[in-house]
Amino acid sequence: MIYDFLNDLTGSPFIAGTITALLPLFAFILPFALFAVLLERKVAGHMQDRLGPMRVGYHGILQTVADIIKLIQKEDIIARNNDKLLFNIAPVLTFAGSYAAFAAIPFSSVFLGANIDLGIFYIIAVTGLVVAGILMAGWASNNKYSLLGAMRSAAQIISYEIPTILVVLSIVMLTGTMSLYDLSESQTSYFWNWYLLGGPEFEIQKFLLIPFMLIGFLIIYISTLAEVNRTPFDIPEAESELVSGYHTEYSGMKFAMFFLAEYANMFAVSAIVVALFLGGYQSPFGYLGNLLNINWLIPLEQFFWFTFKGIFFVFVQMWLRWTLPRLRVDQLMAASWKYLIPIAFFNLLIIGIISIL
Amino acid sequence: MSVRTEEMVLNMGPQHPSTHGVLRLELTLDGEIITKVVPHIGYLHRCFEKHCEVMSYPQVIPYTDRMDYLAAMGNELGYVIGVEKLLRIQVPERVEYIRVIMAELQRIASHLVAIGTYGADIGAFTPFLYCFRDRERILNLFEITCGARLLYNYIWVGGLSHDLHPDFVRLTKEFIKEFKPNLRELNNLLTYNKIFIDRTANVGILPLETAINFGVTGPMLRASGLKWDLRKDDTYSVYNKFDFDIPIGEGKMGTVGDSWDRYYVRVLEMEESLKIIEQAIETLPDGDVTSAIPKKIKPPVGHVYSRVENPRGELGYFIISDGSTSPFRVKVRAPSFVNLQIMDELCRGHLVADVIAILGSVDIVLGEVDR
Amino acid sequence: MKSFEEIVEILKNYFSDTSIEPKSDVKFEPYIIIPPQEIDKVCLFLRDNSELYFDSLVNLSAVDDFNGQKIKDEQGNEIMQGGTMSVYYHLESIKYRHKLLLRVITERDNPVVNSVTSVWNSSNWHEREAFDLFGIKFLNHPDLRRILMPYDWEFGYPLRKDYQNPEFYQGMKVPY
Repeated sequence: MIYDFLNDLTGSPFIAGTITALLPLFAFILPFALFAVLLERKVAGHMQDRLGPMRVGYHGILQTVADIIKLIQKEDIIARNNDKLLFNIAPVLTFAGSYAAFAAIPFSSVFLGANIDLGIFYIIAVTGLVVAGILMAGWASNNKYSLLGAMRSAAQIISYEIPTILVVLSIVMLTGTMSLYDLSESQTSYFWNWYLLGGPEFEIQKFLLIPFMLIGFLIIYISTLAEVNRTPFDIPEAESELVSGYHTEYSGMKFAMFFLAEYANMFAVSAIVVALFLGGYQSPFGYLGNLLNINWLIPLEQFFWFTFKGIFFVFVQMWLRWTLPRLRVDQLMAASWKYLIPIAFFNLLIIGIISIL
Repeated sequence: MSVRTEEMVLNMGPQHPSTHGVLRLELTLDGEIITKVVPHIGYLHRCFEKHCEVMSYPQVIPYTDRMDYLAAMGNELGYVIGVEKLLRIQVPERVEYIRVIMAELQRIASHLVAIGTYGADIGAFTPFLYCFRDRERILNLFEITCGARLLYNYIWVGGLSHDLHPDFVRLTKEFIKEFKPNLRELNNLLTYNKIFIDRTANVGILPLETAINFGVTGPMLRASGLKWDLRKDDTYSVYNKFDFDIPIGEGKMGTVGDSWDRYYVRVLEMEESLKIIEQAIETLPDGDVTSAIPKKIKPPVGHVYSRVENPRGELGYFIISDGSTSPFRVKVRAPSFVNLQIMDELCRGHLVADVIAILGSVDIVLGEVDR
Repeated sequence: MKSFEEIVEILKNYFSDTSIEPKSDVKFEPYIIIPPQEIDKVCLFLRDNSELYFDSLVNLSAVDDFNGQKIKDEQGNEIMQGGTMSVYYHLESIKYRHKLLLRVITERDNPVVNSVTSVWNSSNWHEREAFDLFGIKFLNHPDLRRILMPYDWEFGYPLRKDYQNPEFYQGMKVPY
């Protein structure tokens, strides 16, 4: 792993730890957020028969950089009746929650912040911090719209965590591991080894599993969509109802933190889906590095495949956002408790039965 | 154990993304359930009626534009018909045809805004831009006709300010040809979307008796199931020469008179308007559009109530003349003003999110509510 | 569909001790003058009578007739004393397709008219508007507040013909 490598190189656990911790932030999250915001605006533009940002740089590629510079310069407004302490902590906490998740995401076989045995469990637990941050933001803003948004957000994220976990559980049950690294490693090389297509064991079970894996995949994708508050589940920040929900009162960099957290989260949940069902960082068609006998090429290819799959699902999230209207609160809850959770339960049961066959 | 609960008052507006202007709704909430809605209006009051009393009759026309600024042609038409009734002027056939074409193009443009913003209220942003793309083409047609894109001052007492541009007929035909597939695309994207139907069907049901008692008109009344359209039922201009249907709400996705019906009636009305425009363009007579414009407008003493079917409902002008060159009193029966009254009736018992869906389906223009 | 004369006949038969005064010699639209204290009863009858069935109040407009005596106040502004104000009611029957115009005449100095909100809900905001801009008080109106003007507007009723703008409103100079 990258930490061991750096530890050997520098001989100091402190330097190795710091670099390992900061690497995903500077190597991945920030560039990704810049790219994703631009991608979102471009996707929206082209879907809506217009061009999107075009002025800053070639076809507007520097637009988000300009936006960040603008946001840094903005006045940081704190209203008189805000709860100042909570108001200031909330964006940090929200961002910390989604940033911490990146520690256990396997970008490639060597680029993995911490190879925790409970990787998937850790990610699900630590993203719970986001809820706390959102609730804090809503409460501290002292604004009815923010409060309503935060309440809805908390209710929504907690409800949709259940189907997510049930699907995760079915995979964990099948493989007997919670480590995302092991999960990715087990779905070696070719796409028919993905858990979406029944997993690497080539037996009768594999074919029995395929339909249930597809159902599981759909459930986890829908519920992660709700967990990151994206359309059609963007009720906490529903612009036309709650102005913009829990971050109505925020300005400048604090607002940017929420924004950053949202985009980081979008990738994090896509990464979970990819790692569980779509082979993680494994290439679907075998490695060029193996073919050419260049060993150092393989991790780079893995990194490419992982980000490619992740960004593809981020793109699907954007695609949905610009196509679908928004659900209502009660419909949202009904979708989770009446449909997703029972289906996920039966799915879990059937996968369990198949796996002991 | 009983827990003390308290109702919360939530002010929606005057600055809120989906109150379509500067409307303030005072919502009393029990949790997220609405127990009472009190609309507060008047933030855009510009004293139209007071202005009229010091303006001469033709000078009032630009002010009528500014009431329902999304349907300015219809506003002008209603006022001009009233003054012509007072003066007993017969306008040339060509003028009437052009007025009908303009009013119907305006109806499509206005409904496009209504539908687009409704989609945006429900959370679908893309249909909004599709609608505005098509509306832009109608505004271009208006621009080549009279130079203005929003507030036209085009329909004058006894005639029109300009004749049609030589390219107008060709461009309108092109527009109609390209608009029809766009409308189908819009239907596929929004109208029959499952989530959209879930959000709007069975929400804000307006029974017919209530609708009539509250004086609701236009697409809202028709969505409640009454075939009532002034273009047919109290015909004016040359509408009786054209063949078109009056779509009514049928409760296809829920109950008759729900928000989805109100939305869908507007979609269907656009198709009917296209029919009228096609017929009018085919049979457009020749003539001079300025010949009947009177040199001096000084109607005799009397009062008249003229009304037209605007995109939002019945637009009425009650004009009293005292024999001078400016009206003694003009009272406007603005359709949005009357339709907005029903908010409390429709919203009670629904969720906050439904208020948006209901308000969008009522389709108000604050310029007209406040005048 | 009933003609104006037939409607007047029906009304006169039913309201024998009320003054029902038809005016059909005016240009364009004939109307019936009803006393302000009887308008709600007449309207209720018009709505519920099976032959008439005026189920829809299309429009309600107040008019300052401005027919009193012009005098000068202390500042030399011309104001009106005496005279009348009118309220016009446009009724329509959707079932029978006939229309009717009613007129109520009340004193300008103390305009009071019975509200018809209990008959047609659509008159609610129209009456509020008439109260707001003309100062006509509608008895038995459920919610008679200002509607278009600010709630704290205390400088009179803008659509009256002798209305004068105030000098200041909440510290802001009004004539500019």
